[in-house]
Amino acid sequence: FLARLHQRPRCPHSPAGVGKSLPERGLLLLLMVFVFLEGSVLPLGAASSPDVSHKGNVDNHQVSDVVHNHTKKAFPVLDLDYQHIQTPFEISLWVLLASLMKLGFHLIPRLSGIVPESCLLITVGLLVGGLIKLAGEEVPPVLDSRLFFLCLLPPIILDAGYFLPIRAFMDNLGTILMFAVVGTLWNAFFIGGLLYAVCQIQPANPNPLHTLELLPCLLFGSIVSAVDPVAVLAVFEEIHINELLHILVFGESLLNDAVTVVLYHLFEEYSGQGSVTVMDCFLGVLSFLVVSLGGVLVGAIYGIVAAFTSRFASHTRVIEPLFVFVYSYMAYLSAEMFHLSGIMALIACGAVMRPYVEANISHKSHTTIKYFLKMWSSVSETLIFIFLGVATVDGPHAWNWTFVTVTVILCLVARVIGVIGLTYVINQFRIVKLTTKDQFIIAYGGLRGAIAFSLGFLLDKDLFPMREMFLTAIITVIFFTVFVQGMTIKPLVELLAVKKKQEAKRSINEEIHTQFLDHLLTGIEDICGHYGHHHWKDKLNRFNKKYVKKCLIAGERSREPQLIAFYHKMEMKQAIELVESGGGVNLPTAVPSTEHPAQEASSAKPAERALPQLPKGREEEIRNILRSNLQRTRQRLRSYNRHTLVADPYEDGFGDFLLKKQKMIELEKKIKNMNNYLTVPAAPPDSPTMCRARLASDPQAYRGKPDSDNVPTIHVDLASPQSPDSVNMMDEFRQAGQQQKHQQQEEDQGLMMKPPSGQRGPKKPGEADSDRDQQKLTRCLSDPGPSADEDEDEPFLP
Amino acid sequence: MGALQSIPGQPEYADLAERTGFSLEQIGVLHKRFKQLSHNEETLRRDHLNGIPDLACNPIRSQIIEAFFDRRNFRQNIEGTVDEINFEQFLVVMSHFKPPRLHITEEQRESIRREKLRFLFNMHDTDNDGTITLEEYRHVVEELLSLSETLEKDTAQSIADAAMLEVASISMGHMEPDEFYEGITFEHFSKLLNGFEIESNMNIRFLYTDTMNLCK
Repeated sequence: FLARLHQRPRCPHSPAGVGKSLPERGLLLLLMVFVFLEGSVLPLGAASSPDVSHKGNVDNHQVSDVVHNHTKKAFPVLDLDYQHIQTPFEISLWVLLASLMKLGFHLIPRLSGIVPESCLLITVGLLVGGLIKLAGEEVPPVLDSRLFFLCLLPPIILDAGYFLPIRAFMDNLGTILMFAVVGTLWNAFFIGGLLYAVCQIQPANPNPLHTLELLPCLLFGSIVSAVDPVAVLAVFEEIHINELLHILVFGESLLNDAVTVVLYHLFEEYSGQGSVTVMDCFLGVLSFLVVSLGGVLVGAIYGIVAAFTSRFASHTRVIEPLFVFVYSYMAYLSAEMFHLSGIMALIACGAVMRPYVEANISHKSHTTIKYFLKMWSSVSETLIFIFLGVATVDGPHAWNWTFVTVTVILCLVARVIGVIGLTYVINQFRIVKLTTKDQFIIAYGGLRGAIAFSLGFLLDKDLFPMREMFLTAIITVIFFTVFVQGMTIKPLVELLAVKKKQEAKRSINEEIHTQFLDHLLTGIEDICGHYGHHHWKDKLNRFNKKYVKKCLIAGERSREPQLIAFYHKMEMKQAIELVESGGGVNLPTAVPSTEHPAQEASSAKPAERALPQLPKGREEEIRNILRSNLQRTRQRLRSYNRHTLVADPYEDGFGDFLLKKQKMIELEKKIKNMNNYLTVPAAPPDSPTMCRARLASDPQAYRGKPDSDNVPTIHVDLASPQSPDSVNMMDEFRQAGQQQKHQQQEEDQGLMMKPPSGQRGPKKPGEADSDRDQQKLTRCLSDPGPSADEDEDEPFLP
Repeated sequence: MGALQSIPGQPEYADLAERTGFSLEQIGVLHKRFKQLSHNEETLRRDHLNGIPDLACNPIRSQIIEAFFDRRNFRQNIEGTVDEINFEQFLVVMSHFKPPRLHITEEQRESIRREKLRFLFNMHDTDNDGTITLEEYRHVVEELLSLSETLEKDTAQSIADAAMLEVASISMGHMEPDEFYEGITFEHFSKLLNGFEIESNMNIRFLYTDTMNLCK
């Protein structure tokens, strides 16, 4: 009882973001110093290249001169050799800046509530670029297209692809493809064509715009019309919109890469020649098919190979995550090699490999992959936005009011018209139609980002004399969409009361019913004779189960049905939660190593640790605990099944029957109480009392059952592809634990009979009742009696 | 199918359309299918449905077929089962899977949702007593897992038990010590599947049935 008093309720550690306490001030100061440092070091670094001489370089020259003269000089005890480490140092400096910025934003909570992170990062980039320029040095060409496409973009896309909600994606694939392909084409031609027309009708002073041909305009249109996945992710992540809209806009931004690639190459090729024939258009269409399907194929092949490799990785668990990353990256590079769509390859690779890889790899590898992907994609995204700011300050700009404003307006108009038109067509085919609100959000969520800028950057200066004007216009569009649309979308979502994402706690009931509904709809479709959506999905699933899983998943897991896999995952989560709350401590004496309860309770700080290190033996014990818990439950529930009691529920005396049941319950209680306090071992199962009343929570009664055969083998592995994708695993565990605790409490109170103890106060799920848990566990395994033990202070009452 | 039967009785179709909410074309298509399944008889029996080859690999086949012969689904508030159904009853059962129209009020949406949930509930509640007991729920899970080769009866039962516990904790909240959880009532069931958006998910497309491409 006293121990329980000392248990502090577990609450997540919440940093006091409001008041400026000393450490936070220190951090802010550090940040400022760092930004200035960055501003001054980088020019130093840029200057130490042999072209530009700077005083930092003078020392080197002096030293080298001296060396050439072969005179003896003093041995340099301390030397400055920046050139030696320049590139990695600068890269690290940028990454560090990006990460510190991310930290810094959360110290100013009000700001990060109003302004999305992407805007703040661009501002920081502008600042840094400005500082560098003020220092008089040239800004390093950070948003180099190769760097962007080969290093910065892949982590973000892989993160998106690996955690893509396949079900929602596939269900809406038709809509997404329509928006991605037809929508982007419409945007490109509309913007390009109208821009050309506007340029031509400029007032007749020799206007630089007149020199703009149609094809460059179309090229510009195709660059600026593509919705950008990075920007969409950055903004939509914060507004928590419902899954349908999220997947529509996000899916569109991913799949329009193929269209953009084809259009870009097409127009770039033929801009030199100045004309495009019908043949070229036809080739363009063909090329589109090749690019998109080829990309997906390349990705799928790499994905299957990765899954196959992971099957054999059971002895070297440590390098499992590496396979996921390397195979995906190679898929991206291979696709880029053939000028196929790298983004689609990466998505396909991640999506294909995930279910199989997750069934094969260990739990720790799974966590590693998740965290690394999130970490890389987060840093990448931050860097991209900062670089965008820096490149804005840097790049040669050619501002032309007409061109830029017309571009911005046309982008908006084209998007709105495109969305409305397409939705009208799509709604004929959809079961769940898209409402006006949905259309608005889709149109408003069409953000442009760094991909457009990089593509513009790649343009050849000679072929495109208007390149700078293009870049300026692209940057303006990006700024407009990210700042204006990004900042206002959150209040608009609130205003329009758009449905938000529901915090889906995947429960076992939902899992059961999802599967049930799938089978039901497939069955109804079969009865109707309609080979629809569900029919093909079902066929694919069966094919998958029969052939593919056997190949790609190691051992026993290949035959495990999805429901069971999900259930095991839940069990594992609850087991881990149990251990974390200190509940796994008082294991029965059968266990060789028993630790001191106090030690365990104090060392189990759930808020800090991500996952406890569970040795194999301990997992087995925990599994047994859980299993016996559930068996207990089953025993209890069985005793409550009306059909094992006396009467036939269909007979007329229904009211009498209920009364009889009440009496039975009371009788059972009495028997149990007697049992409890007489400290006799529980009556054997076939004694008349027991048979009649089927007392529960009697481990001895069923210890004889050969449950060990039926208990599935212990895995540390996780299984099902349905795992929730949030990074916040601690919250998952805590929730699962609360659910478990709540369930245990419910279990004790509701489904069970027990001596009515008057002292059931309101149960707060958050209460860290590890004391109670410990006792439950001991009870579960060694005690014959039910739950009265914990309330030893209470008087015995009938 | 002779020329006589190819021209459907328009007035009766209109009547059916009004009652079930299907369009005339959809009713025509479904009628063709009904005739094909029942071998041009007037009523459909269980063995007709059992004979559909695609349905053979469905784990919950028997429950689906039972649902067609369950009078609770005929919207007449009677209980019990029948052995054969006519076209109208077939249509009524099918109408549970119609997607809701685009512009409907909140109440209409709610009532459609309840109707679909009721259908699901009836499928689980095989003994017509208004609650889904543990045994019935276990049966559901076992059926779902029945196609897998490694069926561990224990696991299936523990899954069902865990699910029941979850329902109990969601719907009953804090239960008194001597309270007894009977089974899932319809109210608890709808609370359980609250986040499911049944009215958008439990639908199939009715117009494009390819009646040529069928069994037998």
